[in-house]
Amino acid sequence: MEIIIDGQKCEAEAGQTVLEAAQQIGIKIPTLCYLKEVNEIGACRICIVEIEGKGYQTACTFPVSEGLRIKTTSPEIRRLRKLNLELILANHPQDCLKCERSTNCELQSLSKELGVEKVRFAQDSGGYKLDQSTPSIVRDYNKCIKCRRCVSVCEKVQGVKALYPNQRSFKAIISPGYKQELKDVSCVLCGQCIHACPVAAIKEKDDTERVWQVLNDENKHVVLQIAPAVRVALGEEFELPPGTPITEKIVTACRRLGFDKIFDTVFSADLTIVEEGHELLARLKNDGPLPLFTSCSPGWIKYIEHFHSDLLDHLSSCKSPQQMFGALAKSYYAETEGIEPENIVVVSIMPCTAKKFEATREEMEVNGNRDIDIVLTTRELARMLRVCGVDLMKLPAGEFDAPLGITTGAGDIFGITGGVMEAALRTVYEEVTENELEKLEFNQVRGFEGVREASIDLAGQEVNVAIINGLGNVDEVLTAIKEGEKEYHFVEVMSCPGGCIGGGGQPIPTTEEIIVQRGKGLYDIDQAKEIRKSHENPIIKEIYKDYLGEIGGQKAHNLLHTTYQERDQY
Amino acid sequence: MEATIEEITKALDSERTPLISVLHAVQAELGYLSTEGLKIVAKKLDIPLSKVYGVATFYTLLDTEEKGENVIRLCESAPCHIKGATNILTELQDKLDIDVGETTDDNKFSLEMTSCLGICAVAPAIMINGTVYGNLTSKKLDSILDRY
Ligand code: SF4
Ligand code: SF4
Ligand code: SF4
Ligand code: FES
Repeated sequence: MEIIIDGQKCEAEAGQTVLEAAQQIGIKIPTLCYLKEVNEIGACRICIVEIEGKGYQTACTFPVSEGLRIKTTSPEIRRLRKLNLELILANHPQDCLKCERSTNCELQSLSKELGVEKVRFAQDSGGYKLDQSTPSIVRDYNKCIKCRRCVSVCEKVQGVKALYPNQRSFKAIISPGYKQELKDVSCVLCGQCIHACPVAAIKEKDDTERVWQVLNDENKHVVLQIAPAVRVALGEEFELPPGTPITEKIVTACRRLGFDKIFDTVFSADLTIVEEGHELLARLKNDGPLPLFTSCSPGWIKYIEHFHSDLLDHLSSCKSPQQMFGALAKSYYAETEGIEPENIVVVSIMPCTAKKFEATREEMEVNGNRDIDIVLTTRELARMLRVCGVDLMKLPAGEFDAPLGITTGAGDIFGITGGVMEAALRTVYEEVTENELEKLEFNQVRGFEGVREASIDLAGQEVNVAIINGLGNVDEVLTAIKEGEKEYHFVEVMSCPGGCIGGGGQPIPTTEEIIVQRGKGLYDIDQAKEIRKSHENPIIKEIYKDYLGEIGGQKAHNLLHTTYQERDQY
Repeated sequence: MEATIEEITKALDSERTPLISVLHAVQAELGYLSTEGLKIVAKKLDIPLSKVYGVATFYTLLDTEEKGENVIRLCESAPCHIKGATNILTELQDKLDIDVGETTDDNKFSLEMTSCLGICAVAPAIMINGTVYGNLTSKKLDSILDRY
């Protein structure tokens, strides 16, 4: 159909909004509450345009129709947009100088774009107490502009529905409920709401200070592990294109910060595959319970504990790579190095806010030693590096330390949806068929759709697998399983869209396009590795031989496996 | 509590969106909407708890806190404001010695603000329990309160 925008004829499609039609011809209408396909509710009224015969309307919600005449700019439109923004700013603390979102904040950029010079209204941002009730996420109600993007993401993308507008008028707050904090509700701490938030109203619990302290303590042996998804994302914090792999630079940078050893979560991802692959084969042989669900994504674990606790016995009992790493660092590594486990501090760099929670789970300790002491997100690591003035790209390349830094490509792809599945298939296939895999890539399980499925032939046995990313896609699959419509053997679930590369601790912004780039980065790393199958990791073979004993054996169970708990849904 | 709420949700089952009716009925039955009560409502209606809270706190006629025997609601919308609702508020606060959202020590009165009561012609207005009083003055207020 034809519509007219600012006097210019252009083509638009039925179902499009004025905002989308304008974007197509290079007109950028400012937005704030709008989040494509997730939050299109016309709440902030920043995107005001004038529509002939219909007055002033919000472009993000107004559908195009044949012959529609739209004006996107005029003195009155500019006045209205600015007025709306000033009204929002009147309830927002003007703290940019000391705010972690400064220079990466939609409200701040909008103020600049719309030319706000002063706010004519009295300032009141509510004086709310911060919600610091969880180990993962902080909500700052004073900075919330009530755009509801977090509400929509939590409901539509993650299916958790932990947030909703409460109270009304000036007292309205977007929160987990009347006098409730995040810890009181079924929030899974995935942090996807952080990516949705245009301002600094939701953020990770900052643990950098704790890390500075242990780095300063001479009696502590501080070891670091870095998750796969971090190496293809950290660069974005330093103006590199999304997805640029900078593993070696990160290693050097972290050494500069003063860690005693720089190890790799990719190592314990390999270990997870060996243990979990063994578990899968055992369940296939002993009739279940099937399907086996992966257990490396702590948001997913919390989700199933809250919402589908009847299926807990389907979860793999394997700890996640983060936790397996900690358990080995304080046992095997401590013993071989002759260091008291009490003096070892394990710090992780994770793309994930839920990992902070996972590290605090009561189950996650061995002989009184916590597996993991401190978890930082990718963003927090960037913060530490900035404070030290590290110029990332000028650093020489570094290498992970042995032994817990020796890895295979299979572990690297743990960071992307489908990667755990692919890594597991590489191992399980060879184990079952006793043939060497000709082609290591399992393209059937790659991709970004929310739910994917495939059937793999393992020496005559068809193994049906499914891959889920984005918790909002979980329920349909679980329902199909419960009702017997689907018979899967193995299901991989990652809480965040795209998997860990899209995690709640990753650089802001994290968008679909950026996630694809990061994914490509991980596949490239895998491709370039000499060894690409977890069971061929030489250190892992050695550790089983010298220390752990049998795969899935008693010692492995003590250290590397865990249990789950039922949690309230309401 | 669970049985009472279950009865209510069952009775209102046929409504297309029963949440608000259910909340009113639960409040009438149990006095106010406790956290526990709201959780049960969420479960029975299969609605996210966050939404149930959101709705319960949006409407001023729904109480999420235990209230005194009589609830005084003062209209806070523009017409009442212009006609002196703020003075009435100060009077009420002084006379009862409580703030908005509080209950008197003898548990007789709770004081709340409400959005428009729809009787702007007789602003400023209050509602005590189900009864509305308009054209308020300080003197009138005394005699009204005496009736409770
Ligand atoms: S959230 Fe944005 S606008 Fe608000 S203080 Fe922080 S940087 Fe400034
Ligand atoms: S962390 Fe995840 S589950 Fe919790 S409120 Fe945010 S989006 Fe929802
Ligand atoms: S917390 Fe952030 S995303 Fe949620 S409503 Fe407030 S400003 Fe919007
Ligand atoms: S962006 Fe359109 S109303 Fe907020």
